[in-house]
Amino acid sequence: MALDVNSIREQFPVLHQEVNGKPLVYFDNAATTQKPQTVIDALNQYYARDNSNIHRGAHTLASRATGYFEKTRTMVREFINAREPEEVIFTKGTTEGINLIANTYGRKFISKGDEIIISAMEHHSNIVPWQMLCEEKEATLKIIPVNPQGEIILEEFDKMLSPRVKIISLVHVSNALGTVNPVEYVIEKAHQEGAKVVLDGAQSSSHLTIDVQKLDCDFFVFSAHKLYGPTGMGVMYGKRELLEAMPPYMGGGEMIKEVTFEKTTYNDIPFKFEAGTPNIADVIAFQEALKFINGLGKRNVIAHENRLLARAEEELGNIKGFVPVGEAAEKVSILSFLIKDMHPFDVGFMLDAAGIAVRTGHHCAQPLMKRFGIEGTVRASFAVYNTEEEIVSLYRSLSKIAKIKNK
Amino acid sequence: MTDTGKVQDEIIEEFSILGDDKESTIYYIMELGDQLPAFPEEERKEENIIKGCQSKVWLTTEFKDEKVIYLADSNTDITKGLISLLIRVLSGRTPQEIIDADLYFIDKIGMGSIIGSQRSNGLASMIKQMKLFALAYRSKINA
Repeated sequence: MALDVNSIREQFPVLHQEVNGKPLVYFDNAATTQKPQTVIDALNQYYARDNSNIHRGAHTLASRATGYFEKTRTMVREFINAREPEEVIFTKGTTEGINLIANTYGRKFISKGDEIIISAMEHHSNIVPWQMLCEEKEATLKIIPVNPQGEIILEEFDKMLSPRVKIISLVHVSNALGTVNPVEYVIEKAHQEGAKVVLDGAQSSSHLTIDVQKLDCDFFVFSAHKLYGPTGMGVMYGKRELLEAMPPYMGGGEMIKEVTFEKTTYNDIPFKFEAGTPNIADVIAFQEALKFINGLGKRNVIAHENRLLARAEEELGNIKGFVPVGEAAEKVSILSFLIKDMHPFDVGFMLDAAGIAVRTGHHCAQPLMKRFGIEGTVRASFAVYNTEEEIVSLYRSLSKIAKIKNK
Repeated sequence: MTDTGKVQDEIIEEFSILGDDKESTIYYIMELGDQLPAFPEEERKEENIIKGCQSKVWLTTEFKDEKVIYLADSNTDITKGLISLLIRVLSGRTPQEIIDADLYFIDKIGMGSIIGSQRSNGLASMIKQMKLFALAYRSKINA
């Protein structure tokens, strides 16, 4: 079903403004998506009507807020098809999710001589926590290399596998290139060797249909704000048996069963991992983002985004000096590129003057940029509210910019 | 040589012709960068990089006839354009003139809103480094 993009755009107040005297074209969706009015209203309503601390209060407001909060957990379970809501842990975002896993599962189950595998296309947040863990435990971090198209080289991955490998933490979809990684293959191979797989779903959660049971990944982490939801809220999914075997992340309220000065017994999942008062308002408002996506139908969203990507690749490909970075066979609606003889900052800056918001720089993936021998790229990333007319605007501005150095 | 004020007034005049259109202003700044004299390759080294700039900026000087000549380059064209404006105002002057220069053209042409806060910080670092060179030469003369 084709989506009515105009009526979708009506729901996003931020899109209806001029930037530098030009209508805003927002193509920085891989960094964060805009929020529909329903999400904004839910945040307001929570504070205006329902604010209270959850899970403990005996009064009406507390039980109402708790109900809404837990409703989000149920909706997230459905969204990623987890077996049960208890496998859904609320975090601050993808980065906290990965740090949580490295600091709990990692610290308990990684020991000297073990190996952890990541890829050369990881975001820094899926590199540094594992480096820190490896340093502490005298374990080794191994890197799956990336080919010139921007795909991980599976033959190299196969060679790395051994019983020493305990964790594989892989980005599901590259934030810098848009590559969709063959995670099913990686997960199957990993499990044959007894290794656990963490998927960084920061990008894939919005651009692919996620079924954690079908994928059979052990952990899946993502952020609400890249899914039309609020910032400061994310999800760490983990299989029940793993979450139960893991020690808690932070100590405090909510995560305990009983505290004496001699010994504390920990609460059950998910609360074991949710110490302190959580980000109640944002968790509750995230429901509206999920309703928004479900209402459109994820499949329709994906089809629309893929059409935008195809149109952008076709149009921009005609510009003299346009050099795409990352041409994987499987991609989502993220387009990284360079303009010959121009610095990405300059290109991004000039696009901004034309009202077009893109990302420039290394996209928190410096090792990947090094792999391609570049400092950074210009990245245009498309969401459900973007239109083909906006792609044409990008084409027009970029043609003009590229001509400066590519006559 | 005209005083720094006259050069600044010329720049203000040029930018006023461009009007409020940010796109043409930025294209103009980038064109100015193209006019920057070639930077000596042997000076493209770590110690000549100005700290506090988002883009890479190399800055070095020559001291001829008691006057400071600035040589600079950047990896981005926008920054090159900004440097070329500073060089136009400050290069070829005595250390004292440079130290005393009040760079009012930056506010007058609304540079802050053209380049944004991060680049404005970078621009401030460039100016600071240029003035530091002038101070160093002045103390050398007076020594």
